Amino acid sequence: MQPDAGAWGAVVRGPLLWLTVTLLVYLASQWLHARTGSTWLNPVLISVITMSTLLLLTRTPYVDYAEATRFIHFLLGPATVALAVPLYHRLNRLRTLAGPVTIALICGALTAVISAIGLGKLLGASDLSLLSLAPKSVTTPIAMGIAEKVGGQPSLTAVLVILTGIIGAVGGKAILDLLRINDPAVRGFAIGVASHGIGTARAFQMDEETGAFAGLGMGLNGILTAIIVPVIVDLLNLAP
Amino acid sequence: MISGLAILLLFQLAGELIVTATGLPIPGPVVGMLLLFIVLLARGRVPHGLERTADALIKTLSLLFVPAGTGVVAYLALLRQEWLPITAALVGGTALTIAATALTMRAVIAHRERKGPRSAA
Repeated sequence: MQPDAGAWGAVVRGPLLWLTVTLLVYLASQWLHARTGSTWLNPVLISVITMSTLLLLTRTPYVDYAEATRFIHFLLGPATVALAVPLYHRLNRLRTLAGPVTIALICGALTAVISAIGLGKLLGASDLSLLSLAPKSVTTPIAMGIAEKVGGQPSLTAVLVILTGIIGAVGGKAILDLLRINDPAVRGFAIGVASHGIGTARAFQMDEETGAFAGLGMGLNGILTAIIVPVIVDLLNLAP
Repeated sequence: MISGLAILLLFQLAGELIVTATGLPIPGPVVGMLLLFIVLLARGRVPHGLERTADALIKTLSLLFVPAGTGVVAYLALLRQEWLPITAALVGGTALTIAATALTMRAVIAHRERKGPRSAA
């Protein structure tokens, strides 16, 4: 053994190395995204692919990485609570469209959960996958909390949520154009309900109103989905 | 910054306590978010420190997804085995959700406008 192997080993085992690498990879992904402006080069997608590759190459078990980055992950809780602030700022817009927003929200939330479970079951997904898929349309901290409640796998849910966000961010505009939906409030709300924060970030690139309503859709659907998923899972007898 | 973080953690803690006490099927932070929303409604304004911390956290939201998203390495075998139903549920489900939400909202707005221009604000 090299004389400094022990010291190096301690650095590798501590949280410092992976925390630093994660931040650097994220910054690089953000730079790449800003530089190219490509929807496909979503910073979350690029960071996750890079970190996964690094873990596989260094044969680092995911549990070790999760332990090292617990601090970043912990911030998802207060970040969820913080979503109340933009929601409060959009109160006036919310009041003028309260009726349409409420009905569209109920319809969208039910479609998201039932279509995910239905399509998955139809094509033979396992129960664990179905339970992890059910809350896929809402923002990660809420979705992971829901998955944990109903017996899904929270870290699998996180992956599915992020993929859903990327799909909504990349394909949402095309679907809305196809349906000839022109009202920015409607476009934004639909993107936010279906594809949470990653879709919302994309909606803000379209215009301010689309982004604001996407944020509203994300927040409201987070609450409604947290209530309906346990009920639907119970009705379908999926709970383990 | 710190006062904002303290407020957020306090509401998260309150949310967790309520969930534990009542057995509600909702995650603690979501209850915390609802509580904070209600308190902001009652107060009529957002404290400066909270505004700054909330803004900073929401701006870095993408980064917070990375540790959980990297969990994909633990599910490569499952994803390989169930790629078809999972892809269908993700792509089909997301497309259906966008369409259903947008079509419903447009229909309700159009219905309201037909009833009278006064309420079409």
